[in-house]
Amino acid sequence: MLLIGERINGMFKDIREAILNQNPEPVRHWANYQYKAGADYLDLSPGPAVEIEAQPRIMAWLVETVQKNVPLPCCLDSTNPAAIQAGLSAHQGKAIINSTSADQKKIDTLFPLALKYRAAIIGLTMNEKGVPQNAADRLALAMELVVNADQYGLPMEDLYLDPVVLPCNVAQEQVKEVLETMRQIKILATPSPRIVIGLSNISQNCLNRNLLNRTFLIMGLAAGLDAAIVDLTDENLLEAVSAARILLNQEIYCDSFLSVFKKRG
Amino acid sequence: MPVKVIRENWPGKVNTITLGIGSQAIKIGGEGAFPFLAFEGKLPYRPVVACEVWDEEPGDWPDLLTAPFAGVIDEPAAWAKKCLVYGADLICLRLVGAHPGAKNKSPQECARMAQKVYAAINIPLIVVGCGEDEKDAAVLPAVAEALAGKNCLLGWATAENYRPITTACNNYGHSLIASSPLDISLAKQLNILITETGFNPGSIIIDPLVGALGYGLEYAYSIMERLRLSALTGDKMLAMPVICFVGQETWKTKEATISDFECPSWGEQARRAILWELLTAVALTQAGGAIMVLRHPETVRHFLAHLTSFI
Repeated sequence: MLLIGERINGMFKDIREAILNQNPEPVRHWANYQYKAGADYLDLSPGPAVEIEAQPRIMAWLVETVQKNVPLPCCLDSTNPAAIQAGLSAHQGKAIINSTSADQKKIDTLFPLALKYRAAIIGLTMNEKGVPQNAADRLALAMELVVNADQYGLPMEDLYLDPVVLPCNVAQEQVKEVLETMRQIKILATPSPRIVIGLSNISQNCLNRNLLNRTFLIMGLAAGLDAAIVDLTDENLLEAVSAARILLNQEIYCDSFLSVFKKRG
Repeated sequence: MPVKVIRENWPGKVNTITLGIGSQAIKIGGEGAFPFLAFEGKLPYRPVVACEVWDEEPGDWPDLLTAPFAGVIDEPAAWAKKCLVYGADLICLRLVGAHPGAKNKSPQECARMAQKVYAAINIPLIVVGCGEDEKDAAVLPAVAEALAGKNCLLGWATAENYRPITTACNNYGHSLIASSPLDISLAKQLNILITETGFNPGSIIIDPLVGALGYGLEYAYSIMERLRLSALTGDKMLAMPVICFVGQETWKTKEATISDFECPSWGEQARRAILWELLTAVALTQAGGAIMVLRHPETVRHFLAHLTSFI
């Protein structure tokens, strides 16, 4: 599975201040930290504090600062298409656009960008009406995204469907719906679209967040999850992923599986 | 309507290893696809043949197998030269005489023998010990030193004796055969242990301990398929080329050793035995083997012809 590091996000105070002061140091620090911890991608989000007209410049700055320091591709996280475009044009390698909803207007804006820059794209199974309350409605939106990918000629393996994880303390009954959505996404097309989640959402404002996060991640992996935006400082989470990779036969077992996984970065 | 060819795009590939030096060097590995599926990825180097040469006259080989080496079988350097004529890409010198249960030759004696054979040939050299872990751990470092800088391939390093052999290969610039008994997890673990000593994973060749046709060939085949699949999907600890000791396995089967007289219904022994060695080698090449260690020159000839017809 792909581990996407969540930490370079303007929602965090140190990154917000780094962006406002154009200080690359905290961005470099978290790029290196997450790289060494085994990230495959780094999520980059300017966050809500940045003025809308400054967002493209900030996104490009984040991409350049990160890629000067670590050999990792980025997941460009913004609701602003201009920021996405600026990030894509600064980016080396295969980026992931994070994200479009299932609204046709957004799809028509962002899918062409994905194609132009040969990027992958995350499609949320939600639209202007909000997040569906059950698996069937999420899958209907997932199918909209799949059909669009087909029509635009976007390779199915470049479409990451996000079944939209909600905090378990406010939408407890939704957790099973999300898992069911994952199982069925895999049979929507051949080859299957991929599945991604923003993992830490599951435990927003909960206690024992790490326990909830890693338990849900493992349940997701068993249901077909391909990628997750995660907290790479959570060592227990990474250990659980290394065990899951073995148990799902994604990697050949050997006695040193844990230490090999940890040295991946 | 044209048929669309579905291709897998593999993120990983098998390591490329150079054996030998200068104009005599050969390359193996480097595959970016499954064997013979050249439309899916690069298969830059063909499988190669190593011919087996012993440091002692083999006592238990059938006449059929000793006949092509008549006059040279008690002289390893001359035997090796004869193999050049038979089309060998490499020579595999096997230090049978080092075994404590045989002549228990000293490491120095073995090292001199390896030098002598090296001097007689103009193709890369593989040297394997007697298969007794403790003795090989003493013999192979001496061989490594005697052949310093010649970029040979030495074996067998096992989970029991890899440390001194790895250190010697590292110090004197050789590649290493890591051998584990038909188990992919053990193969991976041994590669990890070897690389943890600081040895370059790009200089390891896996010996998965193959079986001959009718004697576990299918186990070896499926392990080698999984090795290749792991290499192609990016597992660096399984991205090593594979060596198959086909001759040693074939020429102990009853199908290869029983004479026409003992079992007339099985047909002519010469044809039967060579087919047995050939079919084992061909199958293991299909499974992704990079080096086939063979014994009979007729097998070598047919095997090379088979490769030519495919590549």
